[in-house]
Amino acid sequence: MVRYVIRRLLWAVVLFIAVTVVTYIIFFMIPLDPARLAAGKSATPQEVKAVAHRLYLDRPIYQQYLHFLSQLVFHGSLGYSFNDRQSVNSSIFAAAPVTASLVLGGAVVWMLIAVPIGILSALKPRSVLDRSAMVGVLCGISAHPVWIGLMASYIFGYKLNLLPIQGYCNLRGGAEGQPCGGPVDWFTHMLMPWIVFAVLYAAIYVRMIRANVMETLNEDYVRTARAKGAPESIVMRRHVLRNAMLPVVTMLGMDIAIALGGAVLIEEVFGLPGLGDLAIQSVYQFDLPKIVGVTVFASVLVIGFNLLVDLLYAWIDPRIRLA
Amino acid sequence: MALLEVRDLKTQFRTDDGIVGAVDGVSFSVDPGKTLAIVGESGCGKSVTCLTILGLNPRAKTISTGEAIFKGRNLLELPPSELRKVRGNEISMIFQDPMTSLNPVHSIGKQLREAIQLHNKEPKAAASKRALEMLKAVGIPRAETRLEDYPHQFSGGMRQRVMIAMALINNPDLLIADEPTTALDVTTQAQILKLMNDLQRDFGSAIIMITHDLGVVAETADEVLVMYAAKPAEQGTYSDIFYHAHHPYTWGLMRSLPRLAQHGQELRPIAGSPPSLLRPPPGCRFHLRCPYAMEVCRTTEPEFASVEGTDAHRAACHLDEATKKREAETLVAETMASTG
Repeated sequence: MVRYVIRRLLWAVVLFIAVTVVTYIIFFMIPLDPARLAAGKSATPQEVKAVAHRLYLDRPIYQQYLHFLSQLVFHGSLGYSFNDRQSVNSSIFAAAPVTASLVLGGAVVWMLIAVPIGILSALKPRSVLDRSAMVGVLCGISAHPVWIGLMASYIFGYKLNLLPIQGYCNLRGGAEGQPCGGPVDWFTHMLMPWIVFAVLYAAIYVRMIRANVMETLNEDYVRTARAKGAPESIVMRRHVLRNAMLPVVTMLGMDIAIALGGAVLIEEVFGLPGLGDLAIQSVYQFDLPKIVGVTVFASVLVIGFNLLVDLLYAWIDPRIRLA
Repeated sequence: MALLEVRDLKTQFRTDDGIVGAVDGVSFSVDPGKTLAIVGESGCGKSVTCLTILGLNPRAKTISTGEAIFKGRNLLELPPSELRKVRGNEISMIFQDPMTSLNPVHSIGKQLREAIQLHNKEPKAAASKRALEMLKAVGIPRAETRLEDYPHQFSGGMRQRVMIAMALINNPDLLIADEPTTALDVTTQAQILKLMNDLQRDFGSAIIMITHDLGVVAETADEVLVMYAAKPAEQGTYSDIFYHAHHPYTWGLMRSLPRLAQHGQELRPIAGSPPSLLRPPPGCRFHLRCPYAMEVCRTTEPEFASVEGTDAHRAACHLDEATKKREAETLVAETMASTG
């Protein structure tokens, strides 16, 4: 087990380096002069040169990369934005909690929907419940999240005035200048985004859970458990679900990881200033440090989460441990 | 006094294509400490018979009638809560494929303890101790270290031993073994059968051995029931079936066994394949494959009648007694000759 963990950690480091190299190369090789962008439109050639020097842009690529990497690893800094000279770190750390609220809360909602419906559908295939669940799944997968978001905003926000249409409120309470704050505001502002975000994933997971449970119910060891005299509750809990939910755990980890990189559509519809929104803004502004910063941050999250999921999986599935 | 008395057991499954009669009128009894072998081709109903006795068929799709009297109660009429107390406790069942019959994410110690704790309120330590004893009894080497190992760390033969341990751990009166050695290689098969015989002697349990292999029957059976297409074809003691067989299907089964002295000669299978149980043929179900078929066989189902007045030996065949006796004797002579 320990060897497995160490191997996975080393691999995570390799992945991190690979991702940062690729990100760096892509963004610093595109045909825009970063120095010119940084210096501003009305800069003289000497000013551009000075900026280039200050930003290490006149060194060979690998030196630039190593400088970037050393800043990142030893100082934890992702650089400074070209546009507003703010540290990229601060922009990211302001946006991250928003995305985290959306994704983690959304994950809770979609699991709360998907798990019971998936299991019940599997237990009663072709019943009314099952068939309506499958129709629901089809709708959930087909309807575009932006459309669902806008419809929900319109109906529940504008027409019925039940929930706020846009914006994010800090969980801890409003800073000065913020129109809202505190747990209640946070919750009411997140409720619709959570539900809209959850629709697509819930649909996918209902289908997956249903298939897994149905397959597991036919396994020989389930028959063995019944032959031992186990009541259905124990058969379901200890034998069926314990096995059927294993792949769901992996999928969940990966889906959350990817979504944390920026659930762009939902963030745009509901005006949530999260990482996805940050990424889009920075692309419009050609703000290279921010673009690189968000990409690196999201990649680290994905790599980290995947590692966590792998370790978790090794813990819950004994067949993996000795591989 | 029979331990288990099955009378006119019938099981039907509701399928999309109609009602399939998987078991159509089977009766037998099992005495304490004895072994009954149920023999037949795939699909003849031998497994379903035993699954019906323990109520392990899918409830929604199954219609079962008849009686399975065990300790004075008809198992087919027991409510599920009562039936659960019998399963794994008084009647245990082991299945064909040991590779998939154990839960892969729990240790075998945990699964053995589960078998105990489902029926007794034993604390974990005592249950573990009992589990360890059983592992040793079934011949798992270094059992102490193996208790917390997982199923994928055992070979097929070892897993089947674990299954046997799990089945016998509560000292059941009856063990039903559904083709326990079919998925194992021949040497392992011999070991497992010997193990089961020894354990039967030590624990005193009766065994129902379901198999398609007459070799296994020869090794283990006191009584034999031959089934064909959901119905009983012949039934009797071991010597009745092997030395005085009275049914063409039984003769066919015996003749189809490959023998060492036959080296180089063609095998003699029974031509054709079993009929559909959705729409079984009229008359005797075997008549389409029977080399002795007569006009009456096509129209009238033969009665499952006693042979020579003994109730214990029965056969369902229209052939006259003289022919049957002659065939049985020929078969025995052939067999003796070919084993050199």
